[in-house]
Amino acid sequence: MSILDKHTILERNATLLLVGSLLVVSIGGIVEIAPLFYLENTIEKVEGMRPYSPLELAGRDIYVREGCYVCHSQMIRPFRDEVERYGHYSLAAESMYDHPFQWGSKRTGPDLARVGDRYSNEWHVQHMTEPRSVVPESVMPSYAFLKETPLEVTNVAMNLKANRAVGVPYTDEMIDNAAADLKAQADPNADTAGIEARYPKAKLGDFDGDAQRLTEMDALIAYLQMLGTLVDFSTYDDTTGYR
Amino acid sequence: MADKHIDEISGVETTGHEWDGIRELNNPMPRWWVYSFYATILWAIGYAIAYPSWPMLTEATKGVLGYSSRSEVSVELANAKAAQAGNLVRIASSSLDEIIADPELQQFAVSAGASAFKVNCAQCHGSGAAGGKGFPNLNDDDWLWGGKPDEIYQTIAHGIRHDADGETRVSEMPSFAEMLDPEQTKQTAAYVVSLTATPSNPELVEPGKQLFADNCASCHGTDAKGSREMGAPNLADAIWLKGEGEQAIINQMKAPKHGVMPAWLPRIGDTTVKQLAVFVHSLGGGE
Repeated sequence: MSILDKHTILERNATLLLVGSLLVVSIGGIVEIAPLFYLENTIEKVEGMRPYSPLELAGRDIYVREGCYVCHSQMIRPFRDEVERYGHYSLAAESMYDHPFQWGSKRTGPDLARVGDRYSNEWHVQHMTEPRSVVPESVMPSYAFLKETPLEVTNVAMNLKANRAVGVPYTDEMIDNAAADLKAQADPNADTAGIEARYPKAKLGDFDGDAQRLTEMDALIAYLQMLGTLVDFSTYDDTTGYR
Repeated sequence: MADKHIDEISGVETTGHEWDGIRELNNPMPRWWVYSFYATILWAIGYAIAYPSWPMLTEATKGVLGYSSRSEVSVELANAKAAQAGNLVRIASSSLDEIIADPELQQFAVSAGASAFKVNCAQCHGSGAAGGKGFPNLNDDDWLWGGKPDEIYQTIAHGIRHDADGETRVSEMPSFAEMLDPEQTKQTAAYVVSLTATPSNPELVEPGKQLFADNCASCHGTDAKGSREMGAPNLADAIWLKGEGEQAIINQMKAPKHGVMPAWLPRIGDTTVKQLAVFVHSLGGGE
């Protein structure tokens, strides 16, 4: 009986075959997945990444709730056409505080990984209200109701705490101020010194064109306007930028 | 393994399985299949040596070719840039008139401008540059601020009502809600409509004409053809940026809307702004 004939033992014993397959698949999985958790070059070393501000986090929840990821990716691949259209290719570091990440796998609409700062708030409101008024060939549905829906986040601090539980470095100070920061970011008259210190580069002021109300539109635009703007690429070196 | 059993008809050994007297032939895999299989194993070994593959303690093996998709894209971008370098240098050092006069350079600038337009301008002006309500059409010859290459450059570079830019173009139509009563506003709107269409009530036109001369002509001109120095639109053509009809004109008189175009020079640089100016100039309305 040569070694190649020994497979008959597996083939004639279903339980053994099952255990054997499980073993093989596990080894394959571990070799492919586990290193990503410890290899030092998986997540790039960059400057500027910070956790989402409470308002951005609320906007992100709306982004997920409305299923924006079904048509919009947030992943600029390292190809010339994508880099020339959208900007620097996405880094793993840029989605390290995303739970879950919004890379997406379908582009019916354009990639949004660097949509921040590209358009004005007014443009976003108009586009979200009636997409075809600014992009005639667009097939995006209207999200006008976001402008009419008051932003309701029942427990802002818990949202931050839940993220901290899965590894986002929210400080106690951030969690204590979460509810106040949520309101202050979209209020043009608020004292924003605290929020600017806690969340550098956060976009401030009224987003939806109605300073009196805090709507879901405010939150979503606050989130969109910071997408891809955090990392300081002037200090990023793609050859030695690994941490 | 069960006893060796040779099938009588084909003379081939069977696997030893038997189902109600039916036995399975144990033909070997075809040679071509076996060798292809070995070839894929060899390929995998070669691939693992040549390309990044095995995870080690601190990083994965880099492979002898040193390939990474990220370095590939930077090489590709550098090559593309190098291929365009000659033309880009010439565009940077030439005036807009020189670029337009040189057919090769003009063609390059138009294509480069067209792709820059898709990335930066199409969101408001539309992918075909036909604009929309509040966003000017760039294909026609109805220019708010001028259609000469230098004027287009100025508009793109410094924007319109873009406060952060000191050289931005500014025009702010005042609100006439206080200055004219509702009846006078209606009469003026009727006069403006009468220049290109039939107003709802022709009797309003005559008093409206005087009101226009007193209140509007200083910017829009006595003939209502507008003023490019002030960015005052031509009202004597049938092109309406903020909406058509008497009600739209009344709204604009009471609470004027002022569109904002950002200044692009700090974002995309002089060469790209020049290419965009040449592209927009080439769309049909260029002067």
